[in-house]
Formats: sequence, C-alpha cells, structure tokens
Amino acid sequence: MKAVVWQGVNRMGVETVPDPQILQPTDAIVRVTKTAICGSDLHLMDGYVPSMVHGDIVGHEFMGEVVEVGAEVRKVKVGDRVIVPFPIACGKCWYCQKGLTSLCDNSNPNPGLAEKFWGYSPAGLYGYSHITGGYAGGQAQFARTVYADANLYKVPEGLTDEQVLFLTDILPTGYMGAEHCNIHGGDVVAVFGCGPVGLFGIASAFLLGAERVIAIDRFPERLEMARSYGAETINYEEENVFERLREMTGGRGPDSVMDAVGLEAQAHGFLGVADAVKQTTRVLESDRPHALRAAIMACRKGGTVSVPGVYGGLADKIPVGAFMNKGLTMRTGQTHVHRYLDTLTGHIQRGEIDPTRIITHRLSLEEAPHAYEIFKHKHDGCIKCVLDPWADPKDHAPVK
Amino acid sequence: MTRDHQDSRRESPQNSSPAERLLFGGLGAGLIALSLRQRGGMGVVLGTGGALLLAGAAMGQGLGETLTRVRRTEDDHIKVQKAVTIGLDAGELYTFWRDFENLPRFMDHLESVKVQGEGGQRSHWVAKAPAGTSVEWDAEITADEPGRRIAWRSLEGATVPNEGEVEFRPAPGDRGTEIHVSLTYRPPGGTLGATVARLLGEDPDVQIGQDLRRLKRLLEVGHVPTTEGQSSGRKGPMKAEAKMYDNRRTS
Ligand SMILES: [Zn+2]
Ligand SMILES: [Zn+2]
Repeated sequence: MKAVVWQGVNRMGVETVPDPQILQPTDAIVRVTKTAICGSDLHLMDGYVPSMVHGDIVGHEFMGEVVEVGAEVRKVKVGDRVIVPFPIACGKCWYCQKGLTSLCDNSNPNPGLAEKFWGYSPAGLYGYSHITGGYAGGQAQFARTVYADANLYKVPEGLTDEQVLFLTDILPTGYMGAEHCNIHGGDVVAVFGCGPVGLFGIASAFLLGAERVIAIDRFPERLEMARSYGAETINYEEENVFERLREMTGGRGPDSVMDAVGLEAQAHGFLGVADAVKQTTRVLESDRPHALRAAIMACRKGGTVSVPGVYGGLADKIPVGAFMNKGLTMRTGQTHVHRYLDTLTGHIQRGEIDPTRIITHRLSLEEAPHAYEIFKHKHDGCIKCVLDPWADPKDHAPVK
Repeated sequence: MTRDHQDSRRESPQNSSPAERLLFGGLGAGLIALSLRQRGGMGVVLGTGGALLLAGAAMGQGLGETLTRVRRTEDDHIKVQKAVTIGLDAGELYTFWRDFENLPRFMDHLESVKVQGEGGQRSHWVAKAPAGTSVEWDAEITADEPGRRIAWRSLEGATVPNEGEVEFRPAPGDRGTEIHVSLTYRPPGGTLGATVARLLGEDPDVQIGQDLRRLKRLLEVGHVPTTEGQSSGRKGPMKAEAKMYDNRRTS
C-alpha cells in the first residue's frame, strides 16, 4: 500500500510499504477513505517532537471502512464506516472509564520513554512519534487500529466523509479548548491562532455561550474565515494585541484566552528571536511559547487560559508572576476525543456546525509532500488539506 | 553508610554536593557554548554531553549516581520497592499472585516458577541469565494473608539469596487496588556483582516497574500493547539501524 512516511527532519515522502496486519486480537484494519494533515504533523516534520524514526508512517486524522477484525472484536464489524479518534483508549483503565481517554494508562507501548520526558505516560497516539507509542499512522491506504471496540466510532447514516473526518481530532480539540475556557453567559473569549483548531475553538465558544470571540492571527484568509464563524479579529502584525484586546474589552481583558498555536509560535522582538534560536539548536528549549506568554498576559484577572496548542518539552520565560498574581486558571491536555463524539455528531447533524468549511485543499495521498509544504508555509490560502488515499494525483503547478 | 542517610538520599534528587553541581554545571554550559561553534557531528556530541551534564547538575544528580543507579542497602543488598494501581479488587489480585506460576507472565527476568507440594508453600524458580544460561533456586512462602499480603524467601543454597513481599491495599475511591512490591537480592561476596545485574538488567528499579506495568495491562486489558510487526517504511538492513530522532538535549 501507499503511505506517507517520515524520512527525517523536513522530509515527508510517499512510499510503498507492506499492508498492515492484525497483530493482536483486539485490532481492526481500516481501509482509509479520507485522511488529513494536522498542525501537529508539522511539529513532527520540523523535528520538534522527539523519538521519530526514519520510516514511520504518520497521520492521526483518518477514517474509513473496516475490512478485517481480530478474534476478540465484538462491537465493530467488517463493512462499518468509522472514524478513528487519534488518542488510543484501552477502554478498561480508570482514565478511560472517566472519559479521560487521552490519558489512558495502558495504550502506550513505550511508557518508559514518555515518563522520562513527562513524568507519567499519556495514551498512545497514532502516527505521532515513539514517545506516544510509535503506532503507524493513517496517512495511508490502510491502517491497523487497536482496541477497536473501545475506539472506532461508527459514522451515522447520511453524513459524508468530510463532514465527520475532523471528529478524529481538530473539531473535538477546538471544542475541548472552548470547554476549558469555562465560559459563562456574557463572556468574551480571545483565541490566539486561527488555524483549524482555533477556528473550531471559535465556533465552539459560541456554541457554549460566549458573547463575543476575538480571534488573533496574521494571515488574511484565516482571519477572514474566523470572521465567517462570527469572530472579531486582530492582525498581530498590524496592531499591538495586548492594547487592542484591552481596549476591545473595556479595559478588563478577555475572560478566557485560548492558545491554539502551540510550540512553534511566531513572535517579534527579543524574546521571539531568543526562542527561535534556542529551539532551533534544540539545546536549551524545545518549545517556542510566545502564544502562551501572550495568553497569560492578556487574560483578565481571575480568568482562564485554555491551551489546546501542542507543547512537547521545555519552554522558557513563562510569566508565572502574572499567572499567580492575577489568579488565573490554566487548563490543557491532548483531547479526550471519545467523550465529545456524540455531542459533536449531533451538532453536525443539526447543521449547527459545518466542519467542511475549513477545507481549502483536496489532494491525493501521492501529493502529500506538496500538501505539507503549502500547509506549513500557508501558501495558496491553505488552511486544511484533506487527502484521498485512493485518488489519482491531480496535476498541479509545483510550488517552489 | 547508614540506612537513614541512604533513605534521605533516595527521596531527594538533590543528592550531589553544591560544589559538584557547580562544577558539572559549569562544565556543561561550557560544552554547550563550544558545541554551538562546532559544525556537524562533533558539535552534536559536545552539545549533548554538555546538556546532559547541565541537566544532571540542575537535577542535583552526581555523575556516578546517574551512571549506575543501582541502589544498595547498608549491607550491600539490592532492594527494590515499586507500586502500581490496578483496577481490580484485592481478592482477584491476591489469587492471581498467590499462584506463583503466573509470575513469569509479567516478570521479564523469570523463565518459570513451579509450585511444589501440598498447599503450594514451596516453589522452584528459574531466572534467565545471558547466553542461554539460567539461575535456579527454591523458595518458600513465609507469610500468607489472603487478599492482603504474601511474602516469600529463597531457601538455603540459592546462588543469589532473595526475598520478596507483595501487599494488596484497597485504593481510595473506585481506583481498584494498590500493589506494593518489595524485593531484596543478596549478591554473593558482598559485591554488586554481575550476577544480579544479569538477573535484573542494568536497572532493577526500571525492570520491576516495567514488570508491574505489564501485570496491570495483562489484568486490565488482557494483553500488553505492541507495535511489533506493524508496517513502516523501514526496510532491509535499515530496519536494524533505525534510530530514534532525539531533540531532547535539554533533559
Ligand atoms: Zn492533530
Ligand atoms: Zn485506558
């Protein structure tokens, strides 16, 4: 089969690899019908997530049709159309039973590695480095999925692939980001980053009762998309974000601030340059936490900072004085995708949220390297790429 | 070294002297600075070494401690204590453990345990050693409180005299049961000799921790997850050479 493979820092390639097989009786094989490239795939490509191995199949947003199940799979059947949540739940441990599936105790085969980095090991994730298990990903024609009964979510009749694909990650991630904002009626929410997660964060904040949402980015097409979801916008290249937020909120500051950017934030000025240098050498700092700093500074006193953005390791100069003296609350985490699926599927079915609006590019799997390039550099107005593993590559002008 | 002193060292990561930390910290920073001026492999080596020293200094770990990590009791025994919480009740866990023949299912260094005689008080243990050899001993149960605690110890004549104890304590809330394990090995000749290293790997602490996690997975899920044999773009000789890309020079 064909699959997108990590070939080293900044090298994603499409290779022919062996078809996946059932390795354990709770596995199921899925014929992938749609898969997507996520912002956190860029952190893998750029080499900021440790423990990648040359040849790893990437991709953690994918869906398809079940073509084979292991002997102990009961609920999932061959022929089922399913989405595959990116965090892997065993379904049996305390965390899984509490709905905290991205913290599953049992699904990471390399917990010792994760414990070295993070103290305790979270769940295994598909296509996301060996620190989170080294599971082969779903940017491929077929994928091995594990603990099928606890993970594979059957797509209701009448919904298209593109309507449900983002339930695997970015839609619940934006939703959990908004839920973590602890929104009460009349609240103003600011969202740093108008990529896919930020956009779904905006839409979710309104669903959860936010009065106003202020979105911050620098790309006109992303700001435009944010406005189409109902947000007011700030272009941080044109305005002083802190002053503008303060002014827009009557001097109070936003009640909650979401950092939907994560470890590769763009920043101006001394700290921005210092972060970039330190992160590039990978000696002193693995993460560039500019958005997190800005979120902590901008949030109103007693407010909430929500961090759906991905961080990998160590970050420098977090304004902990502001965090403490303003009495802030911070909530974060990889998304507990499973717990949001019924709710969000309902919103999609009732037309309250249209996930397909963020799709700007539909490409074949063969075109994945090109897709990574335009997504990384935000060329061609790229906000979200969906890949079809079975489509013929279309002709397109090479981007140089 | 007294036991008290030993225990306080064990609990605090700040176990190297301020002077030592300063020395290694300075050395680490120097190496990093040097590495930034070097190109290619040498820079990486210097940077990594520097960062390791710096991290060690920050964590307060001396070099010797970092490298060996094997802990001794005052009389040069190796003692490992580990705990894990498993979502089953104490009775089920006790029953599983009390049948010592189950132990090799999750204890990696054990090849087999055969329970002997009436009541299962005695057992014969075979542990793996390098080059296909093995170490064997007989053991007997010294305490048996159903649903609460089991203790055992090797009998006279064991190459590596050892004893073990496991306690099953109800965890708060609906969290299941805490399993507290303590194992003590007495290597011959009062040295930390190769024998124990052979039995328990380079770091007995890590080994037992992994064993308990395997037990948890076995009992909660039915098996231990694996990615062995999954498809990848690694082929032929490259497969063996495949190395993890590590940007973790900070920790
Ligand atoms: Zn993602
Ligand atoms: Zn679990």
